[in-house]
Amino acid sequence: MAKRLIWMVLLAALSAGNAAVAAEDAQAVNRGLAVYDNNCAGCHSVDANRVGPKHAGIVGRKAGSIKDFSYSAALKKSELVWNKDLLVRWLTDPELVIPGQAMGFRLGNMQDRMDVVAYLATLKAAPVK
Amino acid sequence: MQVQTLNSPTAPSSLLSSRRTWLRTTGSLSAVAIAMLGANEALAQGMAADPSKDVGILNVALGLEHEAINAYQLGAGSGLLQKPVLDIAVSFQGHHKGHRDALIATIRKLGGTPVMEKSLDEYAKALDAASLKTQADVLSLAAKLERGAINAYLGVIPAFASKDLAQIAGRLAADETMHWTILTNALGRALPAGALSFGG
Repeated sequence: MAKRLIWMVLLAALSAGNAAVAAEDAQAVNRGLAVYDNNCAGCHSVDANRVGPKHAGIVGRKAGSIKDFSYSAALKKSELVWNKDLLVRWLTDPELVIPGQAMGFRLGNMQDRMDVVAYLATLKAAPVK
Repeated sequence: MQVQTLNSPTAPSSLLSSRRTWLRTTGSLSAVAIAMLGANEALAQGMAADPSKDVGILNVALGLEHEAINAYQLGAGSGLLQKPVLDIAVSFQGHHKGHRDALIATIRKLGGTPVMEKSLDEYAKALDAASLKTQADVLSLAAKLERGAINAYLGVIPAFASKDLAQIAGRLAADETMHWTILTNALGRALPAGALSFGG
């Protein structure tokens, strides 16, 4: 009986912990959307190529691989695949990640970088028609 | 509907007057950029260790200016803007044309090739211009693009090898901030409550 009670308490604590993490993630995504609107939306859109390439499906995508966007030669020949850590490094200083690439923009605040990457990770690629 | 631009021969005299004023005042940005990078070879030679990086950044900025010019063209041609808002939008478009010309001159001076403007239809599609139904929609899009441009210019300043180009980026951001502030006011939106509301 005591063992069962301990397990129930542990499960409840775990569940509460997961809920707290999920809430924290959701807050990061919401903050990231605001950071995106303020800092990225000047050049980028989620679903359209503009000055910069579209961002839908960026996490897991090979760098420089959108067919209808004109990338710098440096980005196009890179073999990198975007993941969260790489995106944070990219936003810190793109030139350090891929020398010769075209994006001069840097996002100076680490929390902003983390938040906007949390948001970018939620953007799924549109299904191929 | 005829799209009104600063280059239109049918532009009213007040606009032409504004144009002359604009050329006398803000046009000096172009002159400064060209003077810094054109007439003063010594300064130009002492700029970036690798000018191609600065050219790359300037070309991204030029892409932004092309887009802004076309966004205002779409707004002016939509028939949704009423006077005096239309006149202000056309005036802002003129500022962006001044930025474009300064950037093109600078890129060429640095040995680069300026990025080409796309077609109006391409900008319309990328900016989802079909969704614009009211004057407020047009102004909201313009405000969003101007805010994005402000932060883009502020965000590239540390990346410039040339302090002179970094200063020009600051001046471009100042013009965009003027636009954003007027647009925000026209939309009846509150200004930011806190300080340092631009740049990351």
